[in-house]
Amino acid sequence: MISEKTLPYWLLAPSLVFLIALFAYPFADAFIIAFQADGQWTFENFRTMADDINFGLSFWNTLILVLIVVPLQLAIALTMAMMLTKIRAGRDLVLYVWTIPLGISDLAAGVVWLALLSERGYINTALSALGLLDGPTLWLSYETPVALFVAVIFAEVWRATAIVMVILVAGVQLIPKEYNEAAEIFGASAWQRFIKITLPLLKPSLQTALILRTLLAFEVFAVVVALGGRDLPVLMGEAFLWQFDYRDSGVASAYAVLILLISIAFTLVYLRVLRVKEEPQ
Amino acid sequence: MTDATQEDLQDKRNLLDRLLPRWSVGQWLFATICLILCLWVLLPIYLLVLSAFSPRDAVFAWPKAYLPFDISTDTIAFFFGVRGVFSAFLNSVMVAALTMVISIGLGAPAGYALARFRFRGKDSFRLLIVMTRAFPIAILALPLTVTFIKLGLYDTVFGVALVHSALALPFAVLISSSLFMGIPFELEEAAWTMGCTRFQAFWRVVMPIATPGLAAAAIFAFVISWNEVFAATILTLQHPTLTAFLLTTLSESPLYFRFAGGFFLVVPALVFIFAVRKYLFSMWGIANR
Amino acid sequence: MKTMLKTGLSAAAVSTLLFAGYPASAETIFLSTQARPIEEAEAMRNTVLGAFDGEVDYIPQEDGPFLNRILAEAEAGDVSIGLVGALHGNFPVLAGADALAPVDDIMSSLGDRKLIGTFVELGKLGTDKQHYVPWMQASYVMAANREALQYLPEGADVMALTYDQLAAWSANIQAATGERKLGFPAGRKGLMHRFFQGYLYPSFTDSVVTEYRGEKASAMWASFRDLWKTVNPRSTSYDFMQEPLLAGEVWVAFDHTARLMDAFNQRPDDFIAFPAPAGPEGRGFMPVVAGLAVPANGPDRAAAAKLIDYMTQPETQIATLKAIGFFPAIEMELPDDLPRGVQIAGAAVTAQSASADANPSLLPVGLGDKGREFNKVFMDTFQLIVLRNADIDETLDRQAGNLRKLMEETGAPCWAPDEPSDGACPVK
Repeated sequence: MISEKTLPYWLLAPSLVFLIALFAYPFADAFIIAFQADGQWTFENFRTMADDINFGLSFWNTLILVLIVVPLQLAIALTMAMMLTKIRAGRDLVLYVWTIPLGISDLAAGVVWLALLSERGYINTALSALGLLDGPTLWLSYETPVALFVAVIFAEVWRATAIVMVILVAGVQLIPKEYNEAAEIFGASAWQRFIKITLPLLKPSLQTALILRTLLAFEVFAVVVALGGRDLPVLMGEAFLWQFDYRDSGVASAYAVLILLISIAFTLVYLRVLRVKEEPQ
Repeated sequence: MTDATQEDLQDKRNLLDRLLPRWSVGQWLFATICLILCLWVLLPIYLLVLSAFSPRDAVFAWPKAYLPFDISTDTIAFFFGVRGVFSAFLNSVMVAALTMVISIGLGAPAGYALARFRFRGKDSFRLLIVMTRAFPIAILALPLTVTFIKLGLYDTVFGVALVHSALALPFAVLISSSLFMGIPFELEEAAWTMGCTRFQAFWRVVMPIATPGLAAAAIFAFVISWNEVFAATILTLQHPTLTAFLLTTLSESPLYFRFAGGFFLVVPALVFIFAVRKYLFSMWGIANR
Repeated sequence: MKTMLKTGLSAAAVSTLLFAGYPASAETIFLSTQARPIEEAEAMRNTVLGAFDGEVDYIPQEDGPFLNRILAEAEAGDVSIGLVGALHGNFPVLAGADALAPVDDIMSSLGDRKLIGTFVELGKLGTDKQHYVPWMQASYVMAANREALQYLPEGADVMALTYDQLAAWSANIQAATGERKLGFPAGRKGLMHRFFQGYLYPSFTDSVVTEYRGEKASAMWASFRDLWKTVNPRSTSYDFMQEPLLAGEVWVAFDHTARLMDAFNQRPDDFIAFPAPAGPEGRGFMPVVAGLAVPANGPDRAAAAKLIDYMTQPETQIATLKAIGFFPAIEMELPDDLPRGVQIAGAAVTAQSASADANPSLLPVGLGDKGREFNKVFMDTFQLIVLRNADIDETLDRQAGNLRKLMEETGAPCWAPDEPSDGACPVK
């Protein structure tokens, strides 16, 4: 029964069964709901979704947010990871500080940035002390969509860069030192070494980090609501509104299916662009 | 006169030299960026804590004080007096502890399989497990609640822990697979040649090495569970977790309560991350190789 | 493998312990969408329910999870909630899913209490059965910081404002302070939709459905869009106006009395309350009614009945008023020793309904579970016309189509201030 050949499947089975019971089965349910109205198979829910006044806005807001936040986080996380290889004294302390946001929920992050960015918040206090502002100024409103957008980007980068960094740090550690040393002997500059050696060898970690981060970024919601209320519609927020405020599970599920499809598309792109060849064991 | 000034300057330079490390411009730049990134993380947290410990009026004050001159524990103290906070705290701990056990118990074997075997469907499995995170759980609210009521899991610590485990499982699998990959296969093989069964070799050789990393992965699951609010809100009634208990506080109560609630959520995070800081790297090793 | 199994089993064993750990509770679970803010919830538990002879677990919850939970319990056929309390608008959703047990028998056992007739009628949700017992009421009024009063336009009486005067007042404040200090609860959880349904539309068109579009409606939206230029732009994230009032961000605000109460209670000398403004068709206003209902197949109907009886007693109604700022749903004399905030708000509510040009509206009836989509029509129109500057007539035409579809689907007849109709309320 349990042979060397089947063993891996036996080891995977428990988690697979668990995920199917808790996710796949209700998924299927939601999928069906999205394509049904009054018991008939239809695209009606998707039509309602696309006709809604907030659909276009929320779609583009989400997409642009992901396209800005994820690369930004990648850049910062890479910087941090590279810096950590250089730090001699106090490395543990720096690492601890940089990983703190790993434990902070999006709900809490929203509250934190609200304290900073509100009309009479700390950032305005600092700006006006520097003479850049005359008094309390409003950033988080529908009249200042760019400022609101930037605020959300700040909060998201603050909250979720740590996970990318931790994955990359682990990846950097696995790169054999010999490669870099050899390159150094041949006179490669630090930048050349980074581009030619570190980055290619970091591909697997980059792939993991990007996929995870992008999937979660498409579900951005709590931070946006905390900072912008309904002024910055995002896909996940609309799904919530349809599910709980307008009480139409069909349209809410349609949004969920859309989010899933976009996530799959992005994942496929990452898998293709950052392809990793299977190493023989 | 001029001599004296020169000497004076010389003295000052020496003093500076003694006080500051002899760094090159590049090193200074490096240290500055490092410091900025640290402040970037810490400053917002400091200001939240400051807000939580300010008197209520200070929340609306302008300009804001950056230093803790005016401390008040009123708002925080009110929280401790609210009925249900303590039991919600206990529930949160129990849910998170169970989530740790379930997600590692199920995820570690899968991680081991991904690390040690080459088999058909390996890549699809890895992808599938990550993709489960792409579907918003909020949409499953009603069917999930109905199922849980029917199964008697509704409003129980175990029920919430099940959903949290499903959320933490993908991470547990990825982390543990990279852990096991970091442990040389040769060690196991050596144990086999010495007469150990596959299982004995795993238990006696691999596990001791992997335990700290698995513990870190478990704490990570703990954090995921601690922070999760949505499932915890819809699946509980009389026995909410702390986050579910704080949800309305965080979104609807006056600003000063929101800051205090935020404080309650952030502080455990600081402690958890501190506890596992050493193992954070080993958690995410060769995940995709 | 075996150990893995063992780990799994022991985890299961631990968890069995965990959920067996809770004793089966004999207490009544009272789930409510009201008194959610942490201090109000504490006041409900300690003061209002403190004197009840029996065990009650008062659990406040946001509307979404609240409905989700009751519907899920009903669908699963395993109900643990003994009593639900919510605003009128939530009950049609529950009744539509057969999640409520009619309370006619409990109503008749409350014989000696004079429940307010219109509310009892609303509690039938357009059917011949009583779905909820009126619990408490409130209304929407305006509140102002006393500092704002100096900028009132000449000849304006704050107790009898018109919308034009409100606009002039707000513009004066902006001119004098450089800040926009008029505020509306247009946030995600704010009750702004009721402002359009019960205040603005009736005041300008003497209608809410029939005259949804047309000259009067177009003129109304145009003037409201002008007014909005002096409104604090944070308004779209305000849920409860008491907070920006206390913070000084806003000086003049419209909201539900209970959502202004904190401001009146904390600084009674700084704030005043006054009736909503009047338009060409009078002073439109609308009540807020909260009701108590019993879930179908609930655990202990007798306990629920006892709790309803307790909650509607005059003493409890007064305690509720003091604790969370909702007024009694029964006809009774109010005592003199009320908190200042309640006195302030109460005076404004009375002045509003007693004003010479009063034009009362009812809450929507007969929309069933489409009530929320009805609200969405108004809020979408607001977003398009006012926030996104869309063409007024085009927007109204498009939204009138949505509204008509909704009315025809539900077949809901008109309610005040629209003239009664046979069949679905028509949209012109």
